[in-house]
Amino acid sequence: MAIKKFEIPELLKDKPSHGACQGCGHGICWRIIYEVVEELGYKNKHVIFHDLACGSHGLFATHGHAFSGAHGRAIPTATGYKRIRPDMLVFSYAGDGATYNIGMQHTVHTAARNENITAIVVNNTNFGMTGGQMSATSLIGQKTTSSPAGRDSKENGNPIDIVNLYHGMDIAYLARGAVDSVPNINKTKNYIRKAFQKQMAGEGFSLVEILAPCPTNWNLTPAAALDRMENEIFKIYTLGEFIERSAK
Amino acid sequence: MVKITYNAARCKGCHYCVNACPKKCVAPSGELNEAGYETVKFNEADCIACGSCYTVCPDYAIKIEKED
Repeated sequence: MAIKKFEIPELLKDKPSHGACQGCGHGICWRIIYEVVEELGYKNKHVIFHDLACGSHGLFATHGHAFSGAHGRAIPTATGYKRIRPDMLVFSYAGDGATYNIGMQHTVHTAARNENITAIVVNNTNFGMTGGQMSATSLIGQKTTSSPAGRDSKENGNPIDIVNLYHGMDIAYLARGAVDSVPNINKTKNYIRKAFQKQMAGEGFSLVEILAPCPTNWNLTPAAALDRMENEIFKIYTLGEFIERSAK
Repeated sequence: MVKITYNAARCKGCHYCVNACPKKCVAPSGELNEAGYETVKFNEADCIACGSCYTVCPDYAIKIEKED
């Protein structure tokens, strides 16, 4: 008799391999998200909203309900759907470029309105799909295809940290996890669970940022990409829960 | 008894599982799959079914079952 089993969720089974690169963190993010969706009993009552970037490979990785909107517009598309169908678990899934560059106005104003949705942001500190250009979250000194000499704070500004940006905002939940190691993956899964539970309890907007490796555009091996996360990225973007409002 | 089901065709050779295994029972196999990625091999005898390799696998290539 089987007593212990580690198997991917039903929503991801029997699908062709997703198109993410070797060592990309997106695959892990999708798995923990759909594990939580199934554990909470929303297998047939959820919709994921993508935009157009690496994250939208997830459209083809799942049997669940999914929608792909315009680039950077995952959050407003999810907002519109949630207003019509408040009974559904609704979450957006996009990268740092989409959420903190292209769709920044939505990121700010959706939080200001405290819309009852969850935003999942995969932060790999660059625009992955278009070839590794600098994004709002690229670190100072980070070499990208659009900052070949490294990001310069005088010319390009400082990285945007969502925790500082949302400081004092009246939202339900804000947390930052990572998918570099087993403990961090398990913690991130818990953050996602909490965010979904808060949404379904009607508490308002929740955002979970997930730091993920991008070996292809960082020009590193997968193992070196994880080292970079630990030695450089975690020092700038600290992990943990930052806003947690108790139920009204 | 631990049973590991490994789908080598899905593996992209990132070898996160090799680094994550606390018992060192995952190792590069030296062989390539059809897509050209180096796959891994498992030592089921030493496996404690902790699920670390499953947890870090971005490509859903690993399934672990522990039986009485």
